Parts: sequence; C-alpha cells; structure tokens
Amino acid sequence: MSGAAVPVVRIQREDFDVAAEIARLTEGRADIGAVVTFCGLCRDEQGRLSALELEHYPGMAEAEIARIASEAIERWPLQGLTVIHRHGKVRPGENIVLVVTASAHRQAAFEAANFLTDYLKSRAPFWKKEHHADGSAGGWVDAKEIDDKAAGRWKAPSK
Amino acid sequence: MATKLIYFAWVRERIGKPEEDVELPAGIETVAELLRWLKSRGKEYEHALQYPDVIRVAINQEHVEHREKIAGAREIALFPPMTGG
Repeated sequence: MSGAAVPVVRIQREDFDVAAEIARLTEGRADIGAVVTFCGLCRDEQGRLSALELEHYPGMAEAEIARIASEAIERWPLQGLTVIHRHGKVRPGENIVLVVTASAHRQAAFEAANFLTDYLKSRAPFWKKEHHADGSAGGWVDAKEIDDKAAGRWKAPSK
Repeated sequence: MATKLIYFAWVRERIGKPEEDVELPAGIETVAELLRWLKSRGKEYEHALQYPDVIRVAINQEHVEHREKIAGAREIALFPPMTGG
C-alpha cells in the first residue's frame, strides 16, 4: 500500500504550466486512473478590466492552503494533489489558480478538486483588486455569498 | 508585551498602514473587544471597522471567530472576506 499523498502547494507571482504540473504527479506511476485539473483565469468582464491585482497574506496563504489540502487527502483516496495560486498583477486571459487532483478513479478526483476550489475561494487569504481598462480607479472585488454557501456544502455533519 | 497587527486589502487602505505593533490595554480579551477598541483609535480605524461583523480575523495565521480569546497572540491579522481562487 502506498502512503498518503503529499500535497504540493505553491504561492507564486509567475505563471504555471498545466501540462508540466500534471506530469509531475503522474510521472513514473501506474496506479493513477484519473487526473482532474481546475484552472481559474482572469476575465476582462466585457472589456471593463485591464488587470486584477491579487494581494495575499504571505505565510498564512501557504499554511491555509496546506490545511485545506490535508483535509482533502483525509476525505478522498488521492495519489497526488497540487495547488498553485498566483499573486500580483494578472491580466485578462492569464492564469490565476491551478488545482490538480490524481486518484485511481474519477469520482474522488472530481470531488476533491471541487472541494478544494470551493475552500480556496472562501478560506485562502487572497484579495482581488480590479484595474479598469478606461483608467478610472478600480475597487476591491466583493466576496460572494454564493462562494461561502458552496464551501458550506462540504461541511461534515456536526458530531 | 506588544502585539503585531496586520491589515490587508481595504482594511489596510482605510487604516493607512500595512501593520503596526500595539500595546493592548488591560481588559481586551476577545477578538470582538479588540475590534471595538481599535475602532475608537481614530477616523481611519472608524472607517475601516465601521461594520465589524464583516471583518475576518486570523490569530497566528489561522482563521478565528470574533468570540475567540486573544491571549498568547503574536500576530493578529484583520481583513475583508477573501476573494481568491
């Protein structure tokens, strides 16, 4: 029996290579039957935005994502798990976040990826500020109640 | 003992600094009491903490509820609801 997967968590300014990150999880292994990737990109909101600026809490961002990743590993049989979140200025069409889950079967990989993306939204200490294409002052993106609800649906029933 | 306070996003912008060391007055035991005291420190704090219920707090880099005790906190961060992902 193989040991529990060790999550890869990276917070970085630079872009990431999705194919390379998948290869990192699957290389040299024959026990993975499913890889799910979620990639979050910056939208231009119908031409309104020129960029998003992502502020984060250094130290806590890594720690909180590691806590969320450990929870995913406890809940689903995963062979591998990668979360990469960018900070700094990201332009429309560019990557913001990557979640990769690898498992023997697709169900665990899909569910764990879904769980991770929901929890990243509501618990990882990142904040987006809009930069407007027309040069006017941009503001902070409001948190959506729907994102909190999405994270809430994964709560284990209270004991 | 001084406690380090760290601010992010619009909380940081409204208070006008990213962090500061403060000496907490006696009697401040919970996060809610800390927010109430901070809010009384001036116009910029009043503006940032106008609606304390929306402020999220982390002690030593872990999320906490407003009823949490702050004893032993080295670092307390105040920030708006998160919008990453």
